[in-house]
Amino acid sequence: MSVDEAIERIYREEYGRVVASLVRRFGDIDIAEEAAGEALLVAMERWPEDGVPPNPGGWLTTTAGRRAIDRIRRESHRDAKHQAALMIEDDTPHEPTGVVEDDRLRLIFTCCHPALAPEVRVALTLRLLGGLTVAEIAQAFLVPETTMAQRITRAKRKIKDANIPYRVPAPEDLTARLSGVLAVVYLVFNEGYLASSGGAPIREDLTAEAIRLGRILRTLLPDEPEVAGLLALMLLTESRRRTRVAGGELIPLHEQDRGGWDRDLIAEGHELVRECLARAMRTQRGPGQYQLLAAVNAVHTDAPAAGDTDWAQIAALYAQLYAIAPSPIVALNRAVAIAELDGPEVALAEVDRLQLTTYHAWHATRADLLRRLGRSAEARAAYDAAIAATENEAERGYLSRRRGSLAP
Amino acid sequence: MTQYMLSVHHRAGDPVPSAEEIQPIFEAVDRFNDKITAEGIWVFGGGLEPVETAITVDNTGAEAVVTDGPFAESKEWLGGFWVIEAPDLEAALALAKEASAACAGQVEVRPFQAE
Repeated sequence: MSVDEAIERIYREEYGRVVASLVRRFGDIDIAEEAAGEALLVAMERWPEDGVPPNPGGWLTTTAGRRAIDRIRRESHRDAKHQAALMIEDDTPHEPTGVVEDDRLRLIFTCCHPALAPEVRVALTLRLLGGLTVAEIAQAFLVPETTMAQRITRAKRKIKDANIPYRVPAPEDLTARLSGVLAVVYLVFNEGYLASSGGAPIREDLTAEAIRLGRILRTLLPDEPEVAGLLALMLLTESRRRTRVAGGELIPLHEQDRGGWDRDLIAEGHELVRECLARAMRTQRGPGQYQLLAAVNAVHTDAPAAGDTDWAQIAALYAQLYAIAPSPIVALNRAVAIAELDGPEVALAEVDRLQLTTYHAWHATRADLLRRLGRSAEARAAYDAAIAATENEAERGYLSRRRGSLAP
Repeated sequence: MTQYMLSVHHRAGDPVPSAEEIQPIFEAVDRFNDKITAEGIWVFGGGLEPVETAITVDNTGAEAVVTDGPFAESKEWLGGFWVIEAPDLEAALALAKEASAACAGQVEVRPFQAE
């Protein structure tokens, strides 16, 4: 790795911490971002000569802080002097926060505030906490860079104008607000895991970013069971990544080479699931949706071969999930487990009741059940509908192969 | 501190509450007003007479034009509002929740321009 690459990697890793600390100190996202950018330029100038400092994150924060003060002093805002006077000495105690003191945690709650539109929350989180460039975020969501830049600028303005605070919500609001944050992280992960369209079937950069955010949340809120649940869910899903695509085709779970699964991620995920179970027992609080989905994935990753899968357990977990989050997609997943337990005919009756006609997985599930029932003509039509409903090339590849293997 | 407008909108076809129904709403709004006045949050506020009373004045051209009726024919119109001063949006939203419950209507929250 060259020095420049090393600096870039450090910068990205430290970006969220640096920006969040500056936002708290200066109360302004734009000032924080610009100062962080300037600190990077200084690092690129000095580090190749002086070497990377022992605490690069602290170095970047200090350097950026000085730059921000210089800037505030230079600018002739009518309140600049007043502001600068306040900022030179950073001895103001942190505002007492509800649960945990961490600048990144405050900032992620700001980025995921319900006053911002959901797609904006994702973009802001990736920009400010993840350190992704506007161009990278635009690419991830397949919008022109100018559109994404505008969206992010407007959101930052709204935060400023509406005075959205940089604060962890009070304990009584935490669970509700946390679910918004977790939804953003999971959305980032899913976009990476099954890119809705575009060239790459899996966007490793996005799944890795979501896992990194999940780990930060886990460190900051170790007692929130859904935080552990989401991290476990992402780790167990990620553990299968290497085996999910071969020859440009998506490989379904039962055909994957289980030897290629990442054992370390699985061990870490299983440990988290066990911890969630123990806590649920202890507190008599039923597990939330991420914990249940993590448990489903733990059952899958526990099976040495596809044939060893404990489908009864999976069906029970989906039934439990349906009880707290009734959605046709959960019912569809439960039907897949039912097919293994009670046969494709029973499952097909359930699937047909759902009528998720715009959802490719509904068509794909129907197609597979019809194929197993030997109803080839209907299966062919269902595969066609599934292929038409997805933009993901690898998934199309897999569906086309299945369609081609149908008996005439 | 930021000032916010909490506005209450009426829709055409909204059921008109009877005198018995409106009384507890008035009382709840009074209680809310008293509370935010005591806490120093209240800046200004009030309910508006029906939209039929609106008159529009346009002095952007050569001559001032006064027209009977609202600015735009619309299916929704402003029924009343509060102007409050709150430390941040979080606090304003908490007050808006109370305001919405008190006046039995949806409340829109918008920050005033700074300065």
